[in-house]
Amino acid sequence: MELLFGKTLTELTEMVLELKMPKFTAKQIANWLYHKQISSIDEMSNISQKNREILKEHFELGILPYLKVQESIDGTKKYLFKAKTNQFIETAMIPDTERKTVCVSSQVGCKMGCLFCMTGRQGFQANLSAGEIVNQYRSIDEWEKVTNLVYMGMGEPFDNIDEVLKSLDILTSDWGYGLSPKRITVSSIGIIPGLKLFLENSKCHLAISLHTPFDTERKNLMPVEQVYPIQEVINEIKAFDFGLQRRVSFEYIMFKGVNDKPEHVKQLARLLNGVKCRMNLIRFHPIPDSPLLGSSDKTIEEFKEGLNKKGIITTIRSSRGQDIFAACGLLSTKELVKQQEKDY
Amino acid sequence: MNKLSKVKINSHKLISEGVYLIKFPRYFNFIPGQIIGLTNNTEIAPRLYSICSSDSDSNIGILYQVKDDGVLTPSLEKNKVGDELWITQVQGKFVFDNKPAWWIATGTGIAPFYSMFKSGLKPLKLVQGARQIKQFYFKNELVEIGDYVPCCSQEKEEGVYEGRLTTYIKEFEKLPTNINYYLCGSAEMVVDVRNLLIEKGVNFNNIITEIYF
Repeated sequence: MELLFGKTLTELTEMVLELKMPKFTAKQIANWLYHKQISSIDEMSNISQKNREILKEHFELGILPYLKVQESIDGTKKYLFKAKTNQFIETAMIPDTERKTVCVSSQVGCKMGCLFCMTGRQGFQANLSAGEIVNQYRSIDEWEKVTNLVYMGMGEPFDNIDEVLKSLDILTSDWGYGLSPKRITVSSIGIIPGLKLFLENSKCHLAISLHTPFDTERKNLMPVEQVYPIQEVINEIKAFDFGLQRRVSFEYIMFKGVNDKPEHVKQLARLLNGVKCRMNLIRFHPIPDSPLLGSSDKTIEEFKEGLNKKGIITTIRSSRGQDIFAACGLLSTKELVKQQEKDY
Repeated sequence: MNKLSKVKINSHKLISEGVYLIKFPRYFNFIPGQIIGLTNNTEIAPRLYSICSSDSDSNIGILYQVKDDGVLTPSLEKNKVGDELWITQVQGKFVFDNKPAWWIATGTGIAPFYSMFKSGLKPLKLVQGARQIKQFYFKNELVEIGDYVPCCSQEKEEGVYEGRLTTYIKEFEKLPTNINYYLCGSAEMVVDVRNLLIEKGVNFNNIITEIYF
């Protein structure tokens, strides 16, 4: 049965008209779905009994509780949700002094096959619907205290751009959760058609997984470079007017002896010349049997200083939730994936 | 996506169950291994496909598999010779530098290697994985490579390795580490084979991958 939660106001309007209900019912339903805490369609008390029965005939509410939660010694939590039959996703909640950031997944698994990422190891199972994405925010224990939301969990958001844009609409619209777009960051490896749609149809911040400025090295780390080279991604970013409020940042996982040398600092400065941006350096959290190692703290610090001297505002991201595999690049539900029939 | 150009289908053949080779005239150059965006409706964003024809062929060939839940392929399947398609410019860097290499593919991931082979390029070895014999597209031509190893996980046939391609690779005590390995197929296959090659001592810098998405 179709789910109500996750429908945009436009979709709800089309739906109520199709069901021969008054147009204003769409706003009433949105209000119940996104402004109030209900657990059944029956609780939509300002909608007539007859219309509630019609809704129940066609839809389920679709707000789904998490299945499991683990807590790290640093307070980070990792939530497990069931997405579709035999498919599971993970969501991280990272508390900080004044912030609570939710890291949501946009796909079950991932197609991108980045060498350093645990999610890629499980292959791709499914795209998440907008409802399944928003539900990861709405159904965690801390949801009312969440200050920031990042699309940095499992999956590549721009490979599921339609549902990601719908989820952003629900999160940022007045009829939805009314979150400020400035509190939401969508992170991508740079799928250009999705990037363009995101830039044109959302006001949320953008983060790009860069990891090396050199084409040949990036191809070895990230197969997407074969199709959408980072230089072309940067060109798209340069051509777009981000205005004063919207921010673009780059993520850079530090791999020992691979992308942490002085020539990388120089090339990054060349590549990002003219882009108003920030750089986040990330410690590599090794995954099993990986040929990559993390750079030392000293190297990361020197790299940061080097980039700052070149005028690129650079910070080092704290590692959080590593003990429960909730840290960057470690989310995976591989063990829960129903073994699919391989084609090889 | 870059600017779209209109072309007319001049050949559309079912080559195996649910798999088609569609062709349209070529009016541009490309490097074997490159991809092109294709759609039959300007309302549907072009999907990327590896070119599956020689760089000297007067047509561009695209090998595609119909996905029941796909956005494009269920309608593309219904297109006939003479129907219009919209294509993007060619792009992509999954190109072969003619240095010693193995090519490893599954499913329609054979397309870039077929293009390379038909353009006069050859690997040391081509390993192709499939569940069924009928899924070894272009097998009759690819045998000309010489060291061509079709690996079939569900059916048996003379000259076909019985088992998954990962099993075939695992059986090597030592793999050559001074050559390149080109992989093309689903994310799961590429990630599995890449991990296996790394486990067997191949440097990740020698593994060149192309994933469908």
